[in-house]
Amino acid sequence: MSWTAEEMMTVAAARALAGHTSCFVGIGAPSTAANLARRLHAPGLALVYESGTIGARPRTLPLSIGDGELATTADAVVSVPEVFNYWLQAGRIDVGFLAAAQLDRFANINTTVIGPDYRHPTLRLPGAGGAPEIAASCREVFILVRHSRRTFVEAVDFVTSVGYGDGPGARQRLGLRGRGPVLVVTDLGVLEPDPASCELTLTRVHPGVEVADVRAATGWELAVAGPVTETEPPTEDELALLRALTEGPVP
Amino acid sequence: MAELVGLAEGIRELVRDGDTVALEGFTHLIPVAAGQEIIRAGRRELELVRMTPDIVYDQLIGAGCARKLVFSWGGNPGVGSLHRLRDAVEHGWPAPLELDEHSHAGMANRYAAGAAGLPFAVLRGYAGTDLVHHTTTLAPISCPFTGERLTAVAALRPDVAVIHAQRADRAGNVQLWGITGVQKEAVFAARRSLVTVEEVVDVLDPRPGAVVLPSWVLTAVAVAPGGARPSYAQGYYDRDNAYYQWWDTISRDRDAFTGWRKGLRQ
Repeated sequence: MSWTAEEMMTVAAARALAGHTSCFVGIGAPSTAANLARRLHAPGLALVYESGTIGARPRTLPLSIGDGELATTADAVVSVPEVFNYWLQAGRIDVGFLAAAQLDRFANINTTVIGPDYRHPTLRLPGAGGAPEIAASCREVFILVRHSRRTFVEAVDFVTSVGYGDGPGARQRLGLRGRGPVLVVTDLGVLEPDPASCELTLTRVHPGVEVADVRAATGWELAVAGPVTETEPPTEDELALLRALTEGPVP
Repeated sequence: MAELVGLAEGIRELVRDGDTVALEGFTHLIPVAAGQEIIRAGRRELELVRMTPDIVYDQLIGAGCARKLVFSWGGNPGVGSLHRLRDAVEHGWPAPLELDEHSHAGMANRYAAGAAGLPFAVLRGYAGTDLVHHTTTLAPISCPFTGERLTAVAALRPDVAVIHAQRADRAGNVQLWGITGVQKEAVFAARRSLVTVEEVVDVLDPRPGAVVLPSWVLTAVAVAPGGARPSYAQGYYDRDNAYYQWWDTISRDRDAFTGWRKGLRQ
């Protein structure tokens, strides 16, 4: 069975949710990965969407973070101030999923503007949403993003959400209580922060991808782990369930 | 007590040029009909407030109603950019747009502070982000008990809040359910409020998880069936996902947008 790089990325992210209890989910690839994990190996995983739907079990993939399907299948529907204050800020969520328009070697994220001048940006992006506090307060953060030099940049134009700031000790100095990004899953492989330097380091490549391909798609001198392992290819089960989700009836 | 009014009359009475206006709705129950009525009324120089400005804010901005946007995430959910918002910020068309930009947690707490009659709210947030350097309505603060460093965000006190709900009774008591977002806080934070509803009923039978806003905390209620379209009203109609896709094609192009705007006038 063949698969796309996008499918490999989603499956790798879904696998990483094994053993976790709760996940703060954004729309798009993170929502697909979290819903796939619930159907594979994490049936008890509580999906929390920022609309205030706690423990949602959508039967089809939601198109927005506030679909009616999320509300009608949730354990509880709470207000937006409550989801951010009582659930996220208080440290109750295991994993937060984030995307990025730009990402640097310390996993700092930009989703605000492209260009050097905030007031006169080259490209205005949607902005922060829930991301800064997800990055600060979830016990761990997974970043799910396609690999390219446009995204993996030497310096982000704007720090919307903090990864490891300027390096070791930064999160503690800033008073950020979660561990920060522990995993960056891309369509080429997996990066993890080096325990000493906090710098994102290539630890795995997906089947058919060379280390050189990942270097070429990264806008800084990429650190590479001693042994780089290869991701297990998607199983037939994983692919069948993923395709049933993404090709399922549109709600 | 809330007065039962017509939508056009209610908007013209309650939303004035230069006002700070919050139309809230978190994906669900977005007060679209009310927002488009603000365009028809020709309101100008508005300070628009919304956690998730989406299509109706794109329309208000493109129509030249706004001077400033207070927000935390501005996109077309599940589709991409709000091109009228981008055009205003990137090119000043049809007019420059001042931004007061926050995170969702910050905006939610700003409404909660306004609702509680406090000047600010406290949260763990923003530390290390560049929002700190560009947003004047947030500041570091120390806990008076532990000395811990936290962030204060200024309360939101809109002149008027506009929300959409499933129903009201004849006395103007309002009931909404499903995803209720930050609407209760927005209404309590605002000096005046207008609620559009799908229908007026004799009796509001209890609904699990419903938010009830008694008539005496509201200014006006207007019946606007379908008033949340293309978003949805749980129990009444579903989200029109095709409209969000279609809006992308209109919003991308100034001429297409201007054509849409002219069509709205009738």
